[in-house]
Amino acid sequence: MATVTEKITPLKGYNLHIIPTEKYKTNTLIWKMKAPLTKQDVTKRALLPQVLQSSSAKYPTTTALRSYLDELYGATFFVDLSKKGEYHIMSFSIEIANEKFLSDPSPLLKKGFELLAEILTNPNIKGNAFDQDTVGKEKRTQKQRIQSVFDDKMRYSNVRLIQEMCNGEPYALEVNGDSAEVEAITAENLYEYYKSAFLNDEMDLFIIGDVNEEEVKSYASELLHFEDRKSKKLGAQEINRANDVKEIKEEQDVKQGKLNIGYRTNIVYGDPDYFALQVFNGIFGGFSHSKLFINVREKASLAYYAASRLESHKGLMMVMSGIDLKNYDQAVGIIHEQLEAMKNGDFTDQELEQTKAVIQNQILETIDTSRGLTEILYHNVVAATNINLDTWLEEMQKVTKEEIVEVAKKIQMDTIYFLTGTEAGK
Amino acid sequence: MEKISFDQLQEELFHEKLSNGLNVYILPKKGFNKTFATFTTKYGSVDNTFVPLGKNEYVKVPDGIAHFLEHKLFEKEDGDVFQQFSRQGASANAFTSFTRTAYLFSSTSDVEKNLETLIDFVQEPYFSEKTVEKEKGIIGQEITMYDDNADWRLYFGLIQNLYQNHPVKIDIAGTIESISHITKDWLYECYNTFYHPSNMLLFIVGPVDPESFMNQVKENQAKKDYKDMPEIKRKFETEPAQAAEMKQVLEMNVQTSKCLLGIKALHVDQTGDELLKNELTMNILLDLLFGKSSENYNQLYNEGLIDETFSFDYTQEQGFGFAMIGGDTGEPDKLAETLAGMLLKAKSKAIFNEEQLERAKRKKIGGFLRAVNSPEYIANQFTRYAFNDMNLFDVVPTLEKITLNDVQSLASEVISEERFSVCQVIPKKK
Repeated sequence: MATVTEKITPLKGYNLHIIPTEKYKTNTLIWKMKAPLTKQDVTKRALLPQVLQSSSAKYPTTTALRSYLDELYGATFFVDLSKKGEYHIMSFSIEIANEKFLSDPSPLLKKGFELLAEILTNPNIKGNAFDQDTVGKEKRTQKQRIQSVFDDKMRYSNVRLIQEMCNGEPYALEVNGDSAEVEAITAENLYEYYKSAFLNDEMDLFIIGDVNEEEVKSYASELLHFEDRKSKKLGAQEINRANDVKEIKEEQDVKQGKLNIGYRTNIVYGDPDYFALQVFNGIFGGFSHSKLFINVREKASLAYYAASRLESHKGLMMVMSGIDLKNYDQAVGIIHEQLEAMKNGDFTDQELEQTKAVIQNQILETIDTSRGLTEILYHNVVAATNINLDTWLEEMQKVTKEEIVEVAKKIQMDTIYFLTGTEAGK
Repeated sequence: MEKISFDQLQEELFHEKLSNGLNVYILPKKGFNKTFATFTTKYGSVDNTFVPLGKNEYVKVPDGIAHFLEHKLFEKEDGDVFQQFSRQGASANAFTSFTRTAYLFSSTSDVEKNLETLIDFVQEPYFSEKTVEKEKGIIGQEITMYDDNADWRLYFGLIQNLYQNHPVKIDIAGTIESISHITKDWLYECYNTFYHPSNMLLFIVGPVDPESFMNQVKENQAKKDYKDMPEIKRKFETEPAQAAEMKQVLEMNVQTSKCLLGIKALHVDQTGDELLKNELTMNILLDLLFGKSSENYNQLYNEGLIDETFSFDYTQEQGFGFAMIGGDTGEPDKLAETLAGMLLKAKSKAIFNEEQLERAKRKKIGGFLRAVNSPEYIANQFTRYAFNDMNLFDVVPTLEKITLNDVQSLASEVISEERFSVCQVIPKKK
């Protein structure tokens, strides 16, 4: 059974991915652009989609652009940024009603395509620069966006862990860039960067919905065409790993301590033992039946949350928990014991089977949303692999206890980060 | 079993009220992998003064008990229900709001078994002193986590400003002090009063056959011996129409200030069609005033008073309601003042036209289509609507009927300085 039908067509400068399905009342268009993470570009790259989404030549103000979206039955349009391994990805998403569920039958999909093309290829420029006002406003917002990480302690402590653990590696760069670099961006140099990104980035367009394939292809090739390019592949990963585990404690005025522990998994998407890593993570800390949840929360009553998650392209695992300041040693000890248990094969067949069932369920649920589906399919673009979802699920189901123990042995603790209160130890 | 068809949306809903009073709804969704089910009681954090089942006097229970009960229901004599769900490939969860407690699972296999587990674990409580004590540590950490969360403190701070007496002003999880008074006997008293099937609703959405699922639920319920329930008696103190406090400023460990302006709602005794129309009209009014395509939004953004965190929302339930507008800002006082000025202007004169109204309605209609892609949205919202005697699928026809006059008269009535309040979070002085 094919769980998902994805048809990939190379067009001028990008790949078109069509996923036809009747389950939604809307159609979704997601445009993705990928380039290596670099200190030089990351801040500009984070600003660019914000500038593009605020106006265009045809809709020169935010009010004009947003009014048009409202008219298209409240089509949503948003941009976001992510890091996948050492790549920086910009996404532009439009979700637009399928007119067959409206009392007004005028077709909307083509308008969605036209709008996407307008935003990407017809920006609001004055001479050789973006509109100055827009860039000024978006720079201000970007600074605030970068600063706001500090105010969300859960997010802040995760960012700090990555900065400490991956210090000197591109992955340590913040997805929204560096506040100190924002000022130097001008309407001119950002426009230069825009042109270069559309010339060099690896670009993909995903269309999900009850669509006609030929119609989609014709809209795409007519409205969106760029120069052909070769995508930039990363060389070998840079890893600056110390021999000893780094332990960082940072004091702030907080009531709850945030404990974040980073590990190197030494396994990335596309590796043969990647599926065993997924199952490992599920038994160890991915779910509410996992060892971390049971032992840190249910048995020791130390935390409300205690979980682990993987970064699939960089090869990292992050454990996170919110604990009372005085319980640091006990929590770190329990987490450590759980990893040792995994290395010793100290988990039951029942834990193994229930974890596989829950992962299978999680994947199938994720692909029920157009966004979740796109994120799963995009792994193949990032890793330059071609693993279809059925294969993924079959391979995951085949994972054995021995393979999980092997994976556990490859996992190395790298850095412990603790955001602690100013009265720690009292 | 009755079948209700929604032709424009191409959806069918199946419903039956069982002999023990439980309302069961099933919405088949073709093409989806996942089945999502919620089992919800009309019992939330505001229900803190009531006559317990079998007694005659009102009691007031410790703050946070509805949420505590939600946590404890997952634990049984032979272990934890999360384990059972995950053995059956499901992911389970629960949440407590002001007016509801919902238990839910989603799964793509073994759906019948998971449904049985959901119904049985909610209907078979097991509370012991020992497990109640253990939970205090876990919930204590949940409360501390929210204490450090500036957005949550801002939100609750504003509700506390708006409300003088109504228990909506009490944090859903309670405080570390208030939960220390919770015992297993209190939990049973609340459970017995509010978890009778006649106070609950089961909603199933996914690629399911309605007939066989309805039969399964009926068979499950037929095995359990529920006695008829007297009507639940809840008590709320009277609440003045104006806001309790004009302003509150919280100093926290943040770098960016936050500011929310709230408006205390009127007509909080509404239910059914009246409530539906009122809340949709209010949503349209807020969208016309502060949506991204509005002049006000543009002005606020251009002046640097708001950023992308800016949002607005309207909540109305039986007995309370509020609108909230705001977000992160460099100038919390100026933002509060500007928002108040914009609201008062809309109160005093007709500033919207037909074209804007039409656009706002279209936006809401498209937004509804997008929302019904989500099984979670359908189940959660349908339940909320049903508990307020409304029908989720009346949203589009009701929206279509809203006139400019409706919006304008609501604006002139609901907007009033005596019902405004402001809450701010500012960086703590070193």
